[in-house]
Amino acid sequence: MTAASSEARAARPTLPPELIRLLLRLAAVLIVGVALSLLSGAFLTVVNLVNVLRQAALLFFMSSGLTLVVITAGLDLSVGATIGLAACIAGTAIKSTGDPWIGVAAALAVGAAVGLLNGMMVSLLRIPSFIATYGMLWVLQGVTYTFMAGATVYGFPHGFRELGNGYFFGMPIPVLVMAALLVVGTLFAQRSIWGQQITMIGANPTAARLSGVPVRRRLILVYTLSGLAAGFASLVFLARLNSAEADIGGSLTLPAIAAVLIGGTSLFGGVGTLTGTFVGTLLLTLVLNGMNLLHVEGNWQPLVTGVIIVAAVWLDLRGSRARS
Amino acid sequence: MTALALKRPMRAPGLLAMLAIMLVGFSIATHDFATPGNALNVLLQSSVLLLIALPMTFVILTEGLDLSIGAVLSLCSVALAQTALATGSFAATLAVALAVGTAAGVLNGGLVAYLRIPPFVATLGTLGVAQSLALIVTGGQSVVGLPNSVLFVYGGSILGIRTPILLVAAAYALMHALLYRTRFGSYVFALGGNREALTLAGVPWRRMLLAVYALAGAWAGVAGLLLASRLNAGHPTAGIGMEFDAIAAVALGGTSFERGNGWLPGTLIGALTIGILRNGLNLLAVSSALQVSCIGLLVILAFTLEAFRTQTP
Repeated sequence: MTAASSEARAARPTLPPELIRLLLRLAAVLIVGVALSLLSGAFLTVVNLVNVLRQAALLFFMSSGLTLVVITAGLDLSVGATIGLAACIAGTAIKSTGDPWIGVAAALAVGAAVGLLNGMMVSLLRIPSFIATYGMLWVLQGVTYTFMAGATVYGFPHGFRELGNGYFFGMPIPVLVMAALLVVGTLFAQRSIWGQQITMIGANPTAARLSGVPVRRRLILVYTLSGLAAGFASLVFLARLNSAEADIGGSLTLPAIAAVLIGGTSLFGGVGTLTGTFVGTLLLTLVLNGMNLLHVEGNWQPLVTGVIIVAAVWLDLRGSRARS
Repeated sequence: MTALALKRPMRAPGLLAMLAIMLVGFSIATHDFATPGNALNVLLQSSVLLLIALPMTFVILTEGLDLSIGAVLSLCSVALAQTALATGSFAATLAVALAVGTAAGVLNGGLVAYLRIPPFVATLGTLGVAQSLALIVTGGQSVVGLPNSVLFVYGGSILGIRTPILLVAAAYALMHALLYRTRFGSYVFALGGNREALTLAGVPWRRMLLAVYALAGAWAGVAGLLLASRLNAGHPTAGIGMEFDAIAAVALGGTSFERGNGWLPGTLIGALTIGILRNGLNLLAVSSALQVSCIGLLVILAFTLEAFRTQTP
């Protein structure tokens, strides 16, 4: 895709490097999978594998939007808090009106609005993205806790819960939605003009601006999509858990970022794919699922996720230095 | 050069105006705000924050960020509480607090300086590690029943002055001298402002950068001691989110996140501003969660003003 990788392709008449890296990640998924099936009898069962896919889908909804943000060399630390607020507002709306569609609209609107604000802070005010979204995180958390006032809403209509628990031709509905999102998202990011402009902004913002890319508008679009993805994830989360309370999203940001980075999207911008992120979510979910099956205490999860994040960035740095 | 030098004090009027508005507003809105007792309260309540905001200024001056401070502070507080219960020795307690904090800081610094991982990612990773360890070591429970020597750190007084205030005053004097009177301080500014110049001058800048993060970790240990003493317990999640207050104090104080441009007195005022905001909102019975929202808005506001001031289109 870039000049550097096409040179590498000319030097070594083998597979394109992007594909090799994707295959390496798939191999890692396979190794973790084989190791887990040897270690735990409960792993290689249809029920558990479907469960892994369903959990991966949830993570993928968050990470998909985040991938676009990271491709522009940004970061969205408010993803988890956005899910918290969107889930609480949607849950309350569904409970008070009895109409799931109002909840769906509310969650998507909240997500998009938060993303829009993030995008405006980053593009118009040029606040560094990790600071802007970090401030947003705490604002959202305060609003969510105040809105819920310690209460929990639970018990949603059966039709709505199908979004998290239902099956269609034997596959869980979230997994099918994930597949659709993966196809549409990949087409958008890799094949559309807007997607290529987004990659260009991450690779070289000055060049993008000089060649007429509307940088600010594309950045706002990217952050809004990330918020929208979080809003959608909150709906699936809500349907799956069948309840919402204020601290619902707190622990979700770290895994979402980890999945994007393991997936080979570079924190320094310009490089990344949704297929990579899909493999990343699969790998992270397998690791976390495996820890569950092996009865590792849940308290270890932030540690493992943190180590994975740092390791992924380090490998990315080493790789890019080796290439240059 | 003069423009840059002028920029720092230029920020003070805005911050002081905000502080004045808050003081007047809270005095009118509540009866209990403008009392000597409450002024002491504000100082005491801001003490933990100030202890981590000072080294956070150093970190941010190097164009870095430390998101792990709150989690490291929690980890230090449970580690030192367990040491205090096991040994009863104050020296051992302090040593463990400093050692755990410094170790976390060295980890951050190593990742940032030697592996060149962006600071916010490296410290996000350490955040996860420290949070996990604090929960695992304690099983999620508070460590209670600290000896009197530890309780003295927050509750005691020397010559009629409360110990936290003395501690904070000493901390500020030390950090101010370190930043403005030593060679290390100049390196801190240069690490953010002109790292290349340091390299060309043959300064081992990686070691200096590592030292900045280690320093932040060590102060998180002291802050952990103060917090444990205040709560009479080591609590595995008590420090979560405190890094945000510290970052907010630095940002409000006018230290820029770019080019090593900032000043330490600003952080002092920034931390007091946040202390006053929290205290006033407490008196108005605003929930703790909404207080954090207010601080978030304040930070975004500060950045917005900064953006309008520095950007000429």
